[in-house]
Amino acid sequence: MSSPEVATPTAEAAPMPVTPAVVEPAPRKDKPRSLWTDAWYELRRKPLFVISAILITLFVLMAAVPQLFTSADPLAADLNRSLTPPDFGAWFQFGKQGQFGFDLQGADIYARTIYGARASILVGLSAVIGNMLLGGFFGILSGYLGGWTDTLLARFGDIFLGLPFVLGALVILSTFAPVQSNPSAFRITSLVILTFIALGWPSFARIMRAAVLSTKQLDYVHAAQALGARPGRVIFRHVLPNAIAPMVVVGTITLGAYIGAEATLSFLGVGLRQPVVSWGIMIGDSRQYMEAAPYMMAFPAAFLAIAVLSFVMLGDAVRDALDPKLR
Amino acid sequence: MSDIKVKTAPVLGVDGRSAGHLLEIENLHVEFRTRDGVAKVINGVSYHVDAGETLAVLGESGSGKSVTAQTIMGILDTPPGFVTNGSIRFRGKDLLTMGKDERRLVRGEGIAMVFQDALSALNPVFTVGFQIAELFRKRRGMSRADGYKRATELLDLVKIPAAKTRLKDYPHQFSGGMRQRVMIAMALALDPEVLIADEPTTALDVTVQAQIMDLLAEIRRDRNMGMILITHDLGVVADVADRIAVMYAGRIVEQADVHALYGKPCHPYTLALLDSLPRLDLKGQELNTIKGLPPNLLRIPSGCAFHPRCRMARDICSTQRPALLELGGVRSSACHFAEELYGRE
Repeated sequence: MSSPEVATPTAEAAPMPVTPAVVEPAPRKDKPRSLWTDAWYELRRKPLFVISAILITLFVLMAAVPQLFTSADPLAADLNRSLTPPDFGAWFQFGKQGQFGFDLQGADIYARTIYGARASILVGLSAVIGNMLLGGFFGILSGYLGGWTDTLLARFGDIFLGLPFVLGALVILSTFAPVQSNPSAFRITSLVILTFIALGWPSFARIMRAAVLSTKQLDYVHAAQALGARPGRVIFRHVLPNAIAPMVVVGTITLGAYIGAEATLSFLGVGLRQPVVSWGIMIGDSRQYMEAAPYMMAFPAAFLAIAVLSFVMLGDAVRDALDPKLR
Repeated sequence: MSDIKVKTAPVLGVDGRSAGHLLEIENLHVEFRTRDGVAKVINGVSYHVDAGETLAVLGESGSGKSVTAQTIMGILDTPPGFVTNGSIRFRGKDLLTMGKDERRLVRGEGIAMVFQDALSALNPVFTVGFQIAELFRKRRGMSRADGYKRATELLDLVKIPAAKTRLKDYPHQFSGGMRQRVMIAMALALDPEVLIADEPTTALDVTVQAQIMDLLAEIRRDRNMGMILITHDLGVVADVADRIAVMYAGRIVEQADVHALYGKPCHPYTLALLDSLPRLDLKGQELNTIKGLPPNLLRIPSGCAFHPRCRMARDICSTQRPALLELGGVRSSACHFAEELYGRE
């Protein structure tokens, strides 16, 4: 022991910049860092994160205010311009149309691709948030209470987990929104989201349960109980903040997967459909014209792939940042 | 601190009758129901502590000393742990039979606990100040600012330099000794009458150990608290404890005044423990050890649990379990030859 317990606090708390203990306790350079600020610090310096974050910001912007990117109406169809190839001269010229060409109905593919981001982001984000809330809730319940609650919830979740995802979604969606039917945009979107939540919550619950199981045995949870904290306080203050990281990581990665799944279902005709604009629908519409008009598929498919990739990359980066062992 | 409580022993119970001791554990039995069978972790432990006194509970790992503390605090993991018999009376009221809410209020305010490893006993996602202030906000209904003010006072009390700025630090930014001080501050926050310290210095290095023990002793004296000090370190105990209870395989095998115990141990296990201490006059020689291993709690030896490792063991030891024999005063020993040992010169 070189420095006894009476060491100056600045010397003890400041390992990085060797600032001499000045009289003035100026705003300390090394602000105390929590797990999350630490993770943020780590993330900012990762190219993988920066690239995916920029792309995701772009997609979110497209979803929120597509008018920023195009002035054309994605639903306006003019058969006169049906299957017109892309006009590369129109790129980077605002106000023009047909940058990506026109589809069979004569609608602007560029406008439709931009507007398609909204459905993907909306479905992906809502489904993941719903899954986190529902799965997280049941996960905490079974992890913290254990015993019968745990067994019952686990078996109940297994029922949903046993269904192959696409098959399960096909069954649910074709039951509640038959292919021939014509549901409103709101109805079909919420149906798709609810389907994803119904099929996805058990995996989120499992992750949460595992995290809660390991967290609730830690001393500080016992210490809180020993100081007379109510169960609710123990769960929300001590267990939840320390057990949520794995779910956040899985949530981010799953978001990409859900965007892909939404496109898959829309392609198959059971997911989103007109009047909703979605990349999946566009790819579905284009499949008979692959040879004549490859641009009908190429642009929405590229956007879809980039969006999925961005979220998966973001998830990877977040996982690395939240797991100190991987540093 | 202005609000030092003055307590007098013996304590009056709720009904006004003398309720004996401040905290009294009687005939406590705890078992762990595991897949491999039932492990009898505590088999009839009785001890008590009064205001202003320090009881040291001494024993090897697995002797049940920590489980006893967890049972008192009500943080025993159930399952696998179950209390099968006994009572824990705090101010005359049995903690094991009282309602959940009533018991919750005893925690922190009546009895508080200092954990062994302060790093794992503090929540890593909140600042130290937040955690202490939260106690005051939730249990005392204080405002955020008042809570922080009291937290500063507490950190001052446990002698953390620059308490005010350190409130904003996270637990991992403290050194081991400082962290243990924070832990102690938190346990003291609600003015408990009994403080249980579960191996408070095991995770610290020797110089810091002494500082923490001194701090605990000082606080105990100032506040006239009862303290239960759980440890396996004979050296730590000698300076601070008033009484010592030695545990083995879930039982108390010897209980005595600290000087009496060190002067003349009356149980072969205590004797062997003291013999295994490094001694200056035997420098260079091999240390004495207690041969064998602590018993498997799934299969506790018949008779006296210590007999397979005991130097004095005779036939009777493997068949008959010795009762805890009173040897005058607060002395007692659970050995067939206790009187022999007591009578020796």
